[in-house]
Amino acid sequence: MPEFAVELRDVSKRFPGPSGEIVQAVRNVSMQIRDGEFFSMLGPSGCGKTTSLRMIAGFELPTEGEIYLHGKPIGQTPPYKRPVNTVFQNYALFPHMTIGENVAFGLEMKGVPKSERQARVRQALEMVRLPGYEARRSRQMSGGQQQRVALARALVNRPEVLLLDEPLGALDLKLRKEMQLELKRLQREVGITFIYVTHDQEEALTMSDRIAVMDHGVVKQVGLASEIYEEPNCRFVADFIGETNFIDGVVASVDGDGYGEFVAGELRFIARVPAGISPGRKATLTVRPERVQILRDRPDGRPNTFVGSLRESIYIGTDTRFIIDLSPTVQILARQQNALPIGMPVMEGPAGVKLWVTWAPNSARILVE
Amino acid sequence: MTTAQSPTPAPPVRSLPPHVRGWLLIAPTLLLLTVLLIIPLILVVITSFGARDPNGNVIYTFSFANYLRLIGITDEGFDPLYVEILWRSVALAFQTTLLVIVIAFPLAYFVARAPARRRNLFLFLILVPLWTNFVIRIYAWIMILRSQGVLNGLLGWAAGLAGLPFQPLDLYPSPGAVLVGMVYEFLPFMILPIYTSLEKIDESLFEAAADLGANAVRTFWRVTLPLALPGMVAGTILVFIPVMGTFIVSDILGGRQVILVGNLIQRQFLDARDAAFGSAASIILMVLTLVVTVFYTRRFGFGEEIVSA
Repeated sequence: MPEFAVELRDVSKRFPGPSGEIVQAVRNVSMQIRDGEFFSMLGPSGCGKTTSLRMIAGFELPTEGEIYLHGKPIGQTPPYKRPVNTVFQNYALFPHMTIGENVAFGLEMKGVPKSERQARVRQALEMVRLPGYEARRSRQMSGGQQQRVALARALVNRPEVLLLDEPLGALDLKLRKEMQLELKRLQREVGITFIYVTHDQEEALTMSDRIAVMDHGVVKQVGLASEIYEEPNCRFVADFIGETNFIDGVVASVDGDGYGEFVAGELRFIARVPAGISPGRKATLTVRPERVQILRDRPDGRPNTFVGSLRESIYIGTDTRFIIDLSPTVQILARQQNALPIGMPVMEGPAGVKLWVTWAPNSARILVE
Repeated sequence: MTTAQSPTPAPPVRSLPPHVRGWLLIAPTLLLLTVLLIIPLILVVITSFGARDPNGNVIYTFSFANYLRLIGITDEGFDPLYVEILWRSVALAFQTTLLVIVIAFPLAYFVARAPARRRNLFLFLILVPLWTNFVIRIYAWIMILRSQGVLNGLLGWAAGLAGLPFQPLDLYPSPGAVLVGMVYEFLPFMILPIYTSLEKIDESLFEAAADLGANAVRTFWRVTLPLALPGMVAGTILVFIPVMGTFIVSDILGGRQVILVGNLIQRQFLDARDAAFGSAASIILMVLTLVVTVFYTRRFGFGEEIVSA
């Protein structure tokens, strides 16, 4: 049996709401987080990701279910007795202490002798690239620097698991991207399990080994970044991560190799189909815009080839987006990278021009809710 | 765009030099303070070096006699009467402030941690007693503390139930009653600033402390208390200074037993008609208060540094 750093088993959390009603923040969530991995919980606000993290930290106690830390049940343990540390969204640095005192706080609580404390604080500040900042105060530092201090304050305790609650949320875009790489570097360096909560799918994809996508208190899908993106198991995941096309229709037939035929009006598609789906079922076909190829002339002998008329093309710098009508009800979004040398003819034309689109059968998936 | 410093020509009326505008802006306050505070204070200082004629008028001389009398130096030798009064006032102000902090802190903490929609109700309840006249509130304490009062009545009733003999406690008038009255009177002035400090503390700081291994007690000593310090400092200034000078509480609840500087000054002006000696006592009170306050704020600040973070 594999050893998990953190395991949630059938965890639920209910709160009394503001007007007396019961709010169910987390429903029967089970998750296994492996030792040493960078694990993200991703979802829109109110999906239960932060509540799940706070239950692992101990700030909230689960209403039902149990949480295990390296196999030990900790669901009802108070936070100060858990060998995990948290990086808060607003940093939560103690304003009445210096940076050095802030970072030393956890060690002091553990009774680490002063000389060792100083050495470890120095080390931790060096690790987050703030050497010699011990005597400063947090209000003299920028948001990015405070973020690093918060990281040092957590990591200096060598926690079994580091919990991060949207730690980059308050930073501007450029700094955020920098810190993403920095966090990833730090995680590799210290080898500690990171559990990261974010609503930013790009951030999750950039840093995570694995991602859990949550919605309405339920885990929708857990997998590698590429699995979540390329093989979403439901419409919500496909929709939440990146951009995609959805075509509503019916499953017409299913072959034994994981492919099926899908019909939407006059149009027939070949796509991958999850096991257990029988013909006649209403479903949604999804294909990512960058997997859709646009051609001026009809390609030979390819499945999933359709003719359409260009409705709009939008230049967005790195890419050009094309919106093409395949039928009165089916519209498809395609993206092409602007990778040709500048000055080369690009694929564009007046609205209404006839174009061919095609994609490989394994680029498209049939999803049922 | 419209600032006077901008290079574009501003209307001539508004282009007064900045320092002139500054003086104009503070002129009303300055005038008020000069007329109502600085000039009277100078008069008090001048009077304090004077003497009393047989009719109770002030003779303006330059003599340290009033001050010498206050520190106990008389023609007949050392008389500790006034030194004792001064000492009693300072000691009572310290006791009151300390007790008020001890009582106000838990109350303020309770209000600050209450659900947001209930906090205003609690603050309102804390302020309600202030709507009643100061003197009447102190008289109410006579009803509670006197030998046939509410407290002795309750105690006697309880003793009767338990079958114990009961002798009414001699609570009023007494120095203890004065202390109770002072604490009661000035409690709101400590609760409100401490509440303000506590209420500003971000909840996540408590979580961060717990996350880093601090239990409730250590979180209180290392996070809650230091962050509430500015409120305690402000409250101390608001309580200590008035307690030093108040004479009504000791007059009513001390029953002439407890004489504080405030009472001394009042009697010199009204009963003894010795304005010169009263002025000297006022100056001594001011100096004492100033010394304590300066010493205190040097040590703890005025209570604004930490909050601003």
